[in-house]
Amino acid sequence: MRGGDRSRVLALHLAVIGLLAGLQLVLPPFHHGMLARIMVLAAYAVGYNVLLGYTGLMSLGHAMLFAAGMYGTGLTIRHLGFGVAAGLLSGALAGLAAAGLVGVMTRRTTGPAFLIVTMMLAQAFYLATLYWNDITGGDQGFILTGLHIEVAGLRLPLADPAVKYNVALVVFAACLLVSLWITRSPLGRVLVAVRENEERTRLLGYDTSRYRLLAVLVSGLLAGVAGSAYTLLFSYVGSTFAGILYSIYPLLWTLLGGAGTVLGPLVGTLVMTYVVDITSGFTTAYLLVVGAVLVGMILWAPAGIVGGIRARWAAWLP
Amino acid sequence: MSLGPHLFLALLEGTVGALVLALTALGLSLVFGVMRIVNVAHGEFFMLGAVVTWYVSATTGSFLLALLAAPAVVGAVAVLADRLVLGRIGYEPESTIVATIGLLYILQELVLTVYGPYARPVPAPVYFRVAFPWFGYSGYKLVVAAVAAALLAATWIALSRTRLGLYMRATQQDREIAQAFAVPVNRVYTLAFGVGAGLAAVAGALIVPVQQAHYLMGLDALLLSFVVVILGGLGSLRGTLVAAFLVGVSDGVISVFFSPTLAKIVATLLVALVLAVRGRGLFGEAAA
Repeated sequence: MRGGDRSRVLALHLAVIGLLAGLQLVLPPFHHGMLARIMVLAAYAVGYNVLLGYTGLMSLGHAMLFAAGMYGTGLTIRHLGFGVAAGLLSGALAGLAAAGLVGVMTRRTTGPAFLIVTMMLAQAFYLATLYWNDITGGDQGFILTGLHIEVAGLRLPLADPAVKYNVALVVFAACLLVSLWITRSPLGRVLVAVRENEERTRLLGYDTSRYRLLAVLVSGLLAGVAGSAYTLLFSYVGSTFAGILYSIYPLLWTLLGGAGTVLGPLVGTLVMTYVVDITSGFTTAYLLVVGAVLVGMILWAPAGIVGGIRARWAAWLP
Repeated sequence: MSLGPHLFLALLEGTVGALVLALTALGLSLVFGVMRIVNVAHGEFFMLGAVVTWYVSATTGSFLLALLAAPAVVGAVAVLADRLVLGRIGYEPESTIVATIGLLYILQELVLTVYGPYARPVPAPVYFRVAFPWFGYSGYKLVVAAVAAALLAATWIALSRTRLGLYMRATQQDREIAQAFAVPVNRVYTLAFGVGAGLAAVAGALIVPVQQAHYLMGLDALLLSFVVVILGGLGSLRGTLVAAFLVGVSDGVISVFFSPTLAKIVATLLVALVLAVRGRGLFGEAAA
């Protein structure tokens, strides 16, 4: 990559974060709240993209990692009296630990087997949250109250819209920059090589299964942080988020935005969350749109939105 | 009831479940074996079979007609999906997975729109009780088991004795060589997808009088079929049958003695474990 491109890329991503920061001043309350939610979910999709977009591994069990973050935070706050910071840390670690399990179990799998093992592990996890519902609250879940952070001696409740928005922004920006940093580092290059041709990469002397494990761990860490942030900001933990739909959402968001592009997950999450929100306003069968978008995209726009832009106008986009 | 009869009931339930599961999973296995694709919408074909059965038997009053209509209608839907979507993306593995996830939601939500969120029963076509010394057992469930077993045998014979079966096996072994020997590979693909869906639909139709038709019933069927197909080894029909019995019977036993949720947790973890240790399943061929 040439020097000019490097600074242009960094400037673009900082500008996107700046734009999100600025939007809170002009957005009406409803869209303000929507965007806070979208940013947290987009952080989850960014984590998914590290695996699908840059390493070429398609998971159908990411909800387990997201929900591990949720339960890691929610349960420790509820039962052990953790604060927000400790809760966030334990959520992130839970995501990492769940990813470690996925990584070890999928070490020998390739192609569809990877997808199915992740799906099975996530399903077992989902059923476990239902089975031990005296601890997890099962389907009903549980809510957390009175969460707040302290900044410079000020007590800021997380339920306050402005606080919520800015915490979501910080979480998203951190995940986006981690993802950008990875794609531009030597590690990212190796991951792309694994995606393009694992056999050849191994022949070049790289221990590809270690790189795959690393990608799963990074992805799980980001998913865990996103899940944890979701719990903290929206004060709720429930097994819905461990269900298969929340494994399919990040796949949809990432593909729609453009797998293997840094900004794709944000664009995909933004578009799809609004589409689902608008359709669910007038039909209970709003998931029909999810299905139609998946099929339509595969037929007519396999590169996704940002992928299409990159192919046509801006080859320098990471 | 003491332990012996309890265990007997569990094994009986397990065997009936295993035969229906084998039928569903055989469809998935056939599609994977011949076409090398993972069909995530397979459970929805099972669900659609159940719903079509409810419609036909509610309007005509004939369960037998419904049992014939379900695979025909669902097979036609599958063939349409194959021609309109899967064929156009060239059966590329990852795109096909995404497309069938899309198909899953399209079918599920269309059924929700047209049929509604109800769980509707269909009266069993035959009603009698088999009196064991310790408990009475639904005769219809035994009929289901017999029909499922007969259909499994018929599919097996069709695959090993007919020209179409030969074409399918040839395509499974080597698509290009098969094509060079004038096997109409594209038509075999479409047909395999249709037959696979039809098998799931028959299983769904058979189960309606026991379970009721509901638009969300496909997910469990899909997951259990995955469990079976993977345990048995992707693409191995013999493995699929053996695994269906293992999973079906252990599911029955754990469900009766502990809880159905626990049974499903055990089954899914078992699969993950088998794949982690032996990537190609119990009977699978070495990865191509």
